[in-house]
Order: sequence, then C-alpha cells, then structure tokens
Amino acid sequence: MSNRATATIHGWLLLLPAMACLALFTHWPAIASFVDSFMSTPRARRPARFVGLDNYQQMLADPIFWKAMANNLWFATGTIPASIALALLMAVWVNDKIAGRTLVRMAYFTPTILPMIAVANIWLFFFTPQYGLLEQIVAAFGGRSTNWLGSQDTALYAVTIVAIWKEAGFFMIFYLAALQAIPPSLGEAAAIEGASRWTFFRRVQFPLLMPTTLFVLINAVINAFRMIDHIFVMTRGGPDNATTLLLFYIYQVGFGFWDTSYAAALTCVLLLLLALVAFVQYGWLERRTHYQ
Amino acid sequence: MGKRDMDRREFIGGSAALAGSLAVAQPALAQSAELSFFYPVAVGGPITKLIDSYAAGFEKDNPTIKVKPIYAGTYQETIVKALTAHKSGTPPVLSVLLSTDMFTLIDEEAIVPFDPFIKTEDDKKWLSGFFPGFMENSQTGGKTWGIPFQRSTVVLYWNKELFKEAGLDPEKPPTNWAQQLEFAQKLTKRDAAGNTSQWGIQIPSSGFPYWLFQGLTTQAGAILANAAGDKTDYANPGVVEALQYWVDLAQKYKVHPPGIVEWGTTPRDFFEKKVAMMWTTTGNLTNVRANAKFPFGVGVLPAGKKPGSPTGGGNFYLSKKASPAEQEAAFKFVRWITTPERAAQWSADTGYVAVTPAAYETEAMKKYVADFPQALVARDQLPTAVAELSTHENQRVAKALNDGLQAAITGTKQPAQAMADAQAEAERILKAYR
Repeated sequence: MSNRATATIHGWLLLLPAMACLALFTHWPAIASFVDSFMSTPRARRPARFVGLDNYQQMLADPIFWKAMANNLWFATGTIPASIALALLMAVWVNDKIAGRTLVRMAYFTPTILPMIAVANIWLFFFTPQYGLLEQIVAAFGGRSTNWLGSQDTALYAVTIVAIWKEAGFFMIFYLAALQAIPPSLGEAAAIEGASRWTFFRRVQFPLLMPTTLFVLINAVINAFRMIDHIFVMTRGGPDNATTLLLFYIYQVGFGFWDTSYAAALTCVLLLLLALVAFVQYGWLERRTHYQ
Repeated sequence: MGKRDMDRREFIGGSAALAGSLAVAQPALAQSAELSFFYPVAVGGPITKLIDSYAAGFEKDNPTIKVKPIYAGTYQETIVKALTAHKSGTPPVLSVLLSTDMFTLIDEEAIVPFDPFIKTEDDKKWLSGFFPGFMENSQTGGKTWGIPFQRSTVVLYWNKELFKEAGLDPEKPPTNWAQQLEFAQKLTKRDAAGNTSQWGIQIPSSGFPYWLFQGLTTQAGAILANAAGDKTDYANPGVVEALQYWVDLAQKYKVHPPGIVEWGTTPRDFFEKKVAMMWTTTGNLTNVRANAKFPFGVGVLPAGKKPGSPTGGGNFYLSKKASPAEQEAAFKFVRWITTPERAAQWSADTGYVAVTPAAYETEAMKKYVADFPQALVARDQLPTAVAELSTHENQRVAKALNDGLQAAITGTKQPAQAMADAQAEAERILKAYR
C-alpha cells in the first residue's frame, strides 16, 4: 500500500470516533425529528401514522407558538448586541493597567462559572417585590414598587437582563484574549502619531477584533435560542406566556403534553431558523471579516 | 500484574460463593423481588433520608424484597422520567406521581389498577380506610389506579402579631369572603405616597395557579371538571365570579400584591411580614413552623357560598410493565407504608395530611397534635374538600386555565373573557376523549 493511502486511512480512522458521535447525537436525531414531524403522535392504543403537513398547519394556528417566536426574537435582539457591547467594553477596560485589575476581571467572570439554576435563584430574589435588591435600590431613589417577573410589561425584560449579565462575562474572556494578541507595537505607533484613544480603538483595535466578534456573535445567537434553564426557575414561561421562548415551548409540548410529533415539528422550525442564521453568518459576514 | 491477578481471584471466589448461595437459597428466591421506586420532593425537609429509612424498615420486615428508592426531582421531572422509562421498556415498579396525572398514565397504558391485588377481607378494609376526599383523584371507571401517599390541601396561614396590631382578634381568622376582604383592608399598610409596605393577603399565582384558584371556585360553588376527566366547566358563572374576587383583591381594593405572585417566595414574604395572611399548602407547615419568628395561626380557607379547598399531592402508581412478582412486592410495600402508625409518622415528619382517619387515632399522632394543634386543620377541612382538577391530557388542559388566570391577574383580559378562552381551548383538546 502506498504511503498516501495509509495516511488517508489513518486520517479517516482518527476522524471516526468524532464522526460516529456527531452522527449519533446530532444528525440522526435531526433526521428522526424531521421524519416524526410528518407523523401523528403515537399513543398506547393508536400507533403513529403519516399525517403530512398537519403538524405544521397546527403550528400556523397555534397562538402560543407565535408568541414564543416573537418573544424569542425580542429576547435575541435584547441579549445579543447588549451582551457583546458590554463584553467589549469590559474587556477593553480590564485590558488596561488599572488598579485591582485581577479582582475586576474575576468579578466580571464570576457570573459565567455559576450554574444557571443558581444564577436564576439569586436573581429571583433580586426581582422580589418590596424587599428584593432591585426594589431597595428603586425605593432609595423614591421609586414605586414593581412586580418585575409578575407583570406582562416587564417579565421578558427581566429575564433578558439576567441573560445579558450571564453572557457578557463569558464573551469578555474571548475579547480579552484577542486584545492581548494585538501586537503592542501598533499601540506605540498610534501613540507616536498622536491618535486619540477612541481613534485607536475604532481604526486599529476594533477591526482586528472582527474574527472574535464573529465567533462571539455565532455563540450569542445560538445561546439566545437555546436559553431555557432560567425560564424554568424564574417564570415557567408566565405570566400568560409572556416569557415563553421557543425551546421552553418545545420542552413543554414534548415532555409536559407528550405530544412528541408536534414537538418534532417545532424542533424542525428551530433548526431551520438556526440554519438560516448560520448561513448568513458564514456566507456573508465572514467574507467581510479580516483575519490578521 | 499482581493487582490484576488478585482481582481475578477475587472475582472467581466471589462468583463461586454466589453460585453456592444461589443453590442454597433457591426456594426463597422464587418469591424474592427487587422493587425500584421513583419519588419526587415537593416540600422542605430531609425527605430523601426519611424515604430511605422507610425502605430499610420494610426490608427488615420483608427480607426477600429489596427496595431501591430513587429520588427523581420535582413532580414534573419525576413524571417525565417515569414515562420516558416506560417508553424505553424498563420503568420503575412503583412511582409517586401527582394524583392528577392518573388519566395521563392510564392513556399511556403505563399503570395497572390495584383491584386485582385486593383479595382478602383485610385488603378490602384497608382500601376503604382512606379519606374519601383523597380517593376521588385515585379512582375512575370503578377501578382504583392510585393509592394516596403524600397528600395535601390549601390552608390559610395568618400572622397573629400583625392581627393584634391591626386591632383584630389574633385567634379568629376570617370565615368568609367578605370578612377576608375586610381583614385584608385592615392589615394593609400604605405610606402617604401610596407605596404599600404590608399587604393584607397573598394567594400565589405562578406555576400552578389553578390549584389555589380551585379553592375560590369550590367556595363559589363551581366544579372545574367532571369525574370522567373529559369535560371542563371553566366558563361557569361561579368560576368567573371567583376570578373576579381574586382580581378585585389586587386591582380594585389593592390589598393583594399586583401581578403574578411567586409560589416559592410566598412563605418568605410571610416570614418577612410583608404579608399578613397567605394561602399555601399544608405541606409547608413544617417549613413555616421552623422559620416564622412570630406566633402564627393555621385555618380552613374562608367560605364563599360554602367552604372548600382542593386536595393535592401524590399517589402511588403501579407499573404495567413490571413482572407479577414485582407488582406483588410493590403492593406489599404500599400496604406496609400506609399503615396508621407509619402514615402518622410521615405526617409529623413532613406536614402532609395523614391519608387515613385511623392514623389520627394513633398514640404518636395524638402526642404530636397535642403539642402542635395546627396540624389538624388540613384534616378538618377534608369533608368539604374536592378533587384536584384532573382530566385527560391534564398538563395541557390545566395550562389553558393557568394562562387565562394569569392573563386576568395581569390585567390583559377581563375575567369572563379569559375563562371563555380557556374553556374553548380545553374543549378543543378534550373533544377526542368523549
């Protein structure tokens, strides 16, 4: 056997375990969900049968699905830009030589290492009417008491803020690493030219951070659509579905109502949505990104 | 190398010993069984430790049966795990699940009724020994599908200190809706700017608002679902009236916090004296007793047209896919743990209602309630209690009501409209089951 052929076989063998896992846990479930979405839900006395587009028609007429979809879009618009901007701001700040830098970095990163359920429980008490932390701050400035999680007007904002708080610290780490990788000579050159700090950031640092921004953006989008744990603890989708996100609704339909084929159809829509986003990000954004 | 040899030697020796003991124990083995059982934890306290000690006690009395209790999370998580295990083929022999999940479990063909195991006169006496209120959610179509275990009702807790401050008799809770409102008005404290520092009353509305709401609807004389579980009556005028009363407490009279009130933080609001009266489960009794820094009272819910409260909590269910020997063992365990002495012990340890009247006649229970008479309230409320809302596709039908309730409480729908919408949704789901 030629060297080349042996190398090829070695290559495939090395890939095999990862490929098997990927096929078993990612591709196969996706295909199975797609197939199931055209079947009826199997019940004990009534096996699954082909129903065509029934599940999708049901979805079009399902107000809770549309509510979950709208909520999720608001949630994404709320979390993605805010958490990225905040992460960038924090990273630039703690990149500088400030007093107590390590402490500040740690403080920013802490939310990331806490389990989401613990985070949600902490925030549940922040949001508690009358004596929660938020209420005490508002009251100190003479504001009125608000039921943050229990009102249709504020509940979605409240869970969005928790997500931003949790995400920003995580993204900051990537930005910090990227900032440290920028050669100091660029900063020195800018200083000699007499460029302002803002100009240096806008013309040098920010463009060089674009690959990181793309990576962070992809993660942020995925996170915005797979967010579910703190919804469980803080609102369970309430009040009246005001904080029901797509994945939470899928869980509810699949494991609360055991309507598995409708859940499969919902899953397909979520997959399609994510595929579309990925297509835009890789097909269009990446071409506009300059790597060093 | 030496280590591996030793392992092998041990292994061979061990299996030889095992084979030997198998040969000796052959006759006994025919009746022995392993009993896996899933249970949830829904209230405070060392529940897992208690369950383990009960399992050990049962094994001591029945050496041929091995009990394997498995803590499976909340009620919701436990039924997800039990049904997933059922669908994959190896479910637990016994599970403790919500009494309201009965129809769902029957529809999935996941459970068998207890009737075939009731053979002797003694068995029959045991089955008829439970409080009838708890059996409403355990029987349908003439069969018994669940055995009551950790059951509860909604009760009223009040802060005696705040009652005294407001000029009310600390020993007398409100007995009807009008009085409840009047007391709540006296117990609400507002500053000049209109900010409330203390609310009169609080009825939680997150997660499963239908359960607490069922207290109000029962008092208004309405029944939410029929016994066959295929018809709801959400748009009944009594139901709308009950919802109007709840909404008015917050929006019109401003004696109840506005918006959705969290189930989980309600006891804490009570401990912090932010609320003078609260509605919650009797299962919180031990929690409140441990954490309230003031004298408190526990009473039956105030009456509307009549008194009433829903029952709640968990039943034992028997898996259909378990072998007959396993089912027999499970039945033995259920009988063992529901004897009066053990039911009394369980009630004292947790705050749940003991499931049989006989449990209240035991020495242990008499001693417990002499020291802590509040523990008797839930039992005294049972004669007026009704079955918790339970239908086919229970989670979905209850969600229709929950969404309607939350819409009315947050002010996006009028009570009549919210209940009409909920009824329409429930009707659409249940049509297939008639």
